[in-house]
Amino acid sequence: MNSNPLLSRVADSLYWIGRYIERADNVARFMEVNLQMMLDLPAENTGQWQALVHTSGDNQMFRERYGAATQENVVRFLVFDRENPNSIAICVNVARENARSVRDTISSEMWEQVNRMYLLINSSPSTLAGDALPEFFHRVRTECHLFQGLTDATMSHNEAWNFLRLGRKLERADKTTRILDVKYYMLLPSPSDIGSAYDDVQWAAVLKSVSGFEMYRKRYGRIAPDRIVEFLLMDREFPRAVHYCINCADECLHAITGIPPGGFSCPSEQRLGLLRSELHYSHVKAILASGLHEFLDALQVKMNRIDTAILEDFFAVRPESQHDTQHDSHAAARSTGAMQR
Amino acid sequence: MRFSSYQTGGFYDEMFAADDLPRPQARLLLDTIESLSEGQLLRSKIAAERLLLQMGITFNVYADSAGTERIFPFDLVPRIIAAEEWNWVERGLRQRIHALNEFIDDIYHDQKILKDGVIPAEILLSAASYRPQCHGLNPPRRVWCHIAGIDLVRDRDGQIYVLEDNLRVPSGVSYVLENREVLKRTFPQVFEGLAIRPVNEYPSRLLETLESLAPLATGNPRAVVLTPGVYNSAYFEHSFLAQQMGLQLVEGRDLVVNRGAVYTRTTRGLQRVDVIYRRIDDDFLDPEAFRADSLLGVPGLMAAYRSGAVALANAPGNGVADDKVIYAYVPDIVRYYEGADPILPNVPTYLCWKDDDRSYVLEHLDQLVVKSANESGGYGMLVGPASTSEQRQEFAAKIAANPRNYIAQPTLSLSRVPTIIDDHFEGRHVDLRPYVLYGKDIYVLPGGLTRVALRKGSLVVNSSQGGGSKDTWVLAKPVENWNGFHGGQQ
Repeated sequence: MNSNPLLSRVADSLYWIGRYIERADNVARFMEVNLQMMLDLPAENTGQWQALVHTSGDNQMFRERYGAATQENVVRFLVFDRENPNSIAICVNVARENARSVRDTISSEMWEQVNRMYLLINSSPSTLAGDALPEFFHRVRTECHLFQGLTDATMSHNEAWNFLRLGRKLERADKTTRILDVKYYMLLPSPSDIGSAYDDVQWAAVLKSVSGFEMYRKRYGRIAPDRIVEFLLMDREFPRAVHYCINCADECLHAITGIPPGGFSCPSEQRLGLLRSELHYSHVKAILASGLHEFLDALQVKMNRIDTAILEDFFAVRPESQHDTQHDSHAAARSTGAMQR
Repeated sequence: MRFSSYQTGGFYDEMFAADDLPRPQARLLLDTIESLSEGQLLRSKIAAERLLLQMGITFNVYADSAGTERIFPFDLVPRIIAAEEWNWVERGLRQRIHALNEFIDDIYHDQKILKDGVIPAEILLSAASYRPQCHGLNPPRRVWCHIAGIDLVRDRDGQIYVLEDNLRVPSGVSYVLENREVLKRTFPQVFEGLAIRPVNEYPSRLLETLESLAPLATGNPRAVVLTPGVYNSAYFEHSFLAQQMGLQLVEGRDLVVNRGAVYTRTTRGLQRVDVIYRRIDDDFLDPEAFRADSLLGVPGLMAAYRSGAVALANAPGNGVADDKVIYAYVPDIVRYYEGADPILPNVPTYLCWKDDDRSYVLEHLDQLVVKSANESGGYGMLVGPASTSEQRQEFAAKIAANPRNYIAQPTLSLSRVPTIIDDHFEGRHVDLRPYVLYGKDIYVLPGGLTRVALRKGSLVVNSSQGGGSKDTWVLAKPVENWNGFHGGQQ
């Protein structure tokens, strides 16, 4: 080791910076693609905004607070709502709070970037006119990418970097499973739609929301749902495919522990390795035959367990019990997929 | 913007000897500023403020619930100190810190200075910052004040005085470094043609100081910076210094005492710590030794410190020497330990525990500045000439109730520096906080933090009270025709 081992608290914060910046990026890209897709669909097709709320996983909270899933309501809920723990505003605020507490560990460039995102979001009016939205979402995505780029280009690729990256990859895998789950559910149960022009538009939108449209085309050509599922779940080269993300996360974890690939030294490493192997030896036909939703659901449960194991293995290493209460509350927040500080 | 209509207003001005008569050390800078195209100065000012916000160089205001972070206002016009004057100030600071350190060591050992009757024992032992827990301690090299910030002010006649010694957890040095950085980035023209002493060696010198404290057996000492956390008003500085020194920034909950030694809790288990640059007050350092309700501290830390397993900077207990009542005795302390007169004078100080002083203070509350012995940051203070009669009554009652806790000083006419106010220059009052490090030897950072009271006529420079700051330039070379400082000892 070149540097001091990381403080548990710092590792925890870095992991969450990775997750929250990635989450903000994903919400922005879902919104952006949805806006574009709406233009291609008949006016009466309003279910798309509801689907977006499903993707973010906060359906109940949305229904209670807003009711109808109109564009305006969904934008307000997913972008600016400070009661919604997964809104872009909260993601950026929490990422910045965490970055502030580890300012000595990350580079100045990274801190300034997350601070710039904070200033951007907090200086925006809490509702945006429809024609300002595409530009806004594009900006949020660009700023998130800038952060990722600065992370890779200005910070040593050390243990701290690996924790940040671990959070990013697990979050990305989670978001890809969610969008796949929601869209597949919406698109396939109505057999009459299959093969229609709208069907293709919507599947293309799924790919676009993970920047996968062009890469998919190069690899498979024609739009075909089972191929898309295969691409987004199993591809080992596309950086937003679940398998790719899990492979990277596994590499991060091994870099952190120093254990050679294929072995494990702690529960998180074991669980992640098992998941990696499972994806490695799965076949898309079998998955579709036994139910994609069931498969994705099980995948999310496994990823949640990995997240909990990481907490226990690295962040909650405490010889005494004096601060356990705080970490219990972290663990509780995690089960809903969110943590605020 | 021009200085043609600038008025010194009868105050000592750091840049002008009189209206229209720049001091020699300031002439080149003033010419440069005047040669700028119209509007450029204001553009640079806006750029600097944006930069500070983007860099997140902010401080937290405790009482402010809406948006707790603010930038510390920064004025582009630097304050210039002539090389000759700085040499004198630096010698004075070295002498003072050395004497104060001897004093603290004596207080926690033989207390010779009390036995010799230089300071009344009851006054010393009743200082709130005196820590009986520290008696008999031998910190490494017997240094107690490793990092000090000494507040200096200049009165109307040009004399520089020591206003306060900050020995416990002095803050502000990060602004010295960042101000220089921001000025270079937004206003590089002003540096042309001038040789200004750099300030950016401070983090290296601080690291050296900290490492010099490590227990001798350790070949490769590990130092950390201990912060109360992100909600502390000086959190930016804590993280900045840790980053600049390449040290870990830890909170109390990251540290644990195990079998008499101090460790960080890491992803690889416990890691030994040798030196802690702590930015937490004594009271909160260790709930077992000081305040039991402290959640910020580390149980058992003082026991580990006492056994020599870990070094703390600054040393606990050193605040006894920056008590505002003890301050009045510092000239005697310097004479006692150094055998020489103090180079830097004190502001004349009335001690309310003395009957004569107290009756004088109570009769002249409207002219004096009254300070509580144990508060800082501009709190617990009465500025007589700016006070209402209710405020004076309130302080009279406080003084009567607890005379030991109050001192009073004449209201000084702090010197001024031209400052950008809207679209022109106006004089604003300033002070100066130089930083002194004491490890193997004593190091004085050239210049220090110039704080400026941005409100018109205000004498209170604290950031929590509407103050801002300026870059502070110590010239590397003597200037021609430098006419000396008024009233100095030389």
